[in-house]
Amino acid sequence: MMGVIEWLFLPFIEYGFMRRALAGSLALALAAGPLGVLLVLRRMSLMGDAMAHAILPGVAVGFLTAGLHLGAMALGGVVTGLLVAMLAGLVSRLTPQREDASFAAFYLVSLGLGVLLVSLRGSNMDLINVLFGTVLGLDDAALLLVTSASSVTLVVLAVVYRSLVVECLDPFFLRHNRGMGTAVHMLFLVLLVLMLVAGFQVLGTLMVVGIMMLPAATARFWVRSAGGQMVFASILGCLASYFGLLLSFHANVPASPAIILSAGAIYFLSVLVGPLDGLVHAAQQAYARRRRLSAVSERVQ
Amino acid sequence: MADGRLGYGLVVSVVKIETSMPAIELDQVYLGWRDRLAVRDVSGRFEKGSMTALVGPNGAGKSTLIKGIMGQISPVRGHIRLGVDAVTQIACMPQADSLDRNFPITVYDLVALGAWPRTGHWRGFCRDEHARVLDALSQVGLADFASRIIGTLSGGQLQRALFARLLMHDADVLLLDEPFASVDRATTDDLLGLLADWHARGRTIIVVLHDLEAARQHFPEALLLAGQVVAWGPVEQVLTPDNLHLARHLCAGDYL
Repeated sequence: MMGVIEWLFLPFIEYGFMRRALAGSLALALAAGPLGVLLVLRRMSLMGDAMAHAILPGVAVGFLTAGLHLGAMALGGVVTGLLVAMLAGLVSRLTPQREDASFAAFYLVSLGLGVLLVSLRGSNMDLINVLFGTVLGLDDAALLLVTSASSVTLVVLAVVYRSLVVECLDPFFLRHNRGMGTAVHMLFLVLLVLMLVAGFQVLGTLMVVGIMMLPAATARFWVRSAGGQMVFASILGCLASYFGLLLSFHANVPASPAIILSAGAIYFLSVLVGPLDGLVHAAQQAYARRRRLSAVSERVQ
Repeated sequence: MADGRLGYGLVVSVVKIETSMPAIELDQVYLGWRDRLAVRDVSGRFEKGSMTALVGPNGAGKSTLIKGIMGQISPVRGHIRLGVDAVTQIACMPQADSLDRNFPITVYDLVALGAWPRTGHWRGFCRDEHARVLDALSQVGLADFASRIIGTLSGGQLQRALFARLLMHDADVLLLDEPFASVDRATTDDLLGLLADWHARGRTIIVVLHDLEAARQHFPEALLLAGQVVAWGPVEQVLTPDNLHLARHLCAGDYL
């Protein structure tokens, strides 16, 4: 019994870097979950991924000009992320091309530019850390960035929640009521970029999408309502962070993949046994239906 | 064709304020997208408290005209004048495809959205509104469905829910674009009954319809459209075999 408790809590009690890692990833997971749910509901699940690639050249430019300075890299990331989102949105509005296609085009260009810029400075271990995260080495600035970004995101989400839901449910309705649908959409993209940039120090620009999308995709198998899914996704993200860090500590594996894989394990489990349309549940229903149908046909005979 | 004389509509429509403003007045309105005109030269008025069936073959420009009145597309030429405030006093029910049916929202919340002109993005949802939602739900016969997710509703039930949302809007002018497109007879009759109710209370109602029988039975007035106005007036004078034949002919000519 004591062993279990020690296994669960001791790493965080004994080591400061583990506490920092936990604080950072919990803050990230809390705000990333609701954003992920909104992305899923808007059928933009792959958008997070695209945006994460899109912020790369900005981060690289920040790194090239100011070195490993968090503020410069974050600013660069935010600027390029928003630029890509805006240009892609503009193309889809002015031409018949749909937004997913224009987004794909822009983020790939952005990615190419990013890789080019990174290679200008040669291979650099620090930059690799930025791209893949240094959750076990969070300094005060990084911790402050992720916690404040997460607080801002949660507050803004709460304030515009109604508009976001309507914009996604029935864009025509919002437009008719002068609901500023485009403004709401842009605000959502700003929050998305903000969280991705804030998260790159914690999990890396590539893995941060995982803590956003995996809990969101999981929530659908447990909770029906949109609001409920958001809360659930936050909680799942926090659980995945906690157990991922424990796994990383005890099994001595890199932390950010461990967090993402924990979230992935929860996802697969939910697909199987989730009470809302999980595979086991669906099989049970199909079996019961066959039983009923055969009972009816026996009676007919 | 319209470009060369773009100025005309502006000159013609120096607004005369009349004593009895109609709900909607159309003055030589041309509507379309890019280079293709969908509706040409529509002039006329929807009087306050009138109830009009908007009839015409596919591609006649019915939805385009609705969108024009809603202000979603602006006329290429001509003017659309509204006797009421466009946002608070006009409610519209578009063809159902703009609604994401897989969105996990309850029927109650969907109907409550109808209070948007009063609540907006941020204002609170008071007890009054709650009572209104319940009332709207019971009027359309969905009182027991309040906590159902909209994805589990049938087509007819969803249409009833959208009617309830329209009811919440409490607008003077109601525009409905093919509200009975995928709805069975019984539901159509129920919903037509609701429309008649609203008409009796002095609302202005415009409905895009394909069912000529329903138009003849339930609507005092009709507007037959086929890229242009074929006839507009009392329903029995509009939906004559000759007019309908002409409308079909005009629309076919457009596409051949």
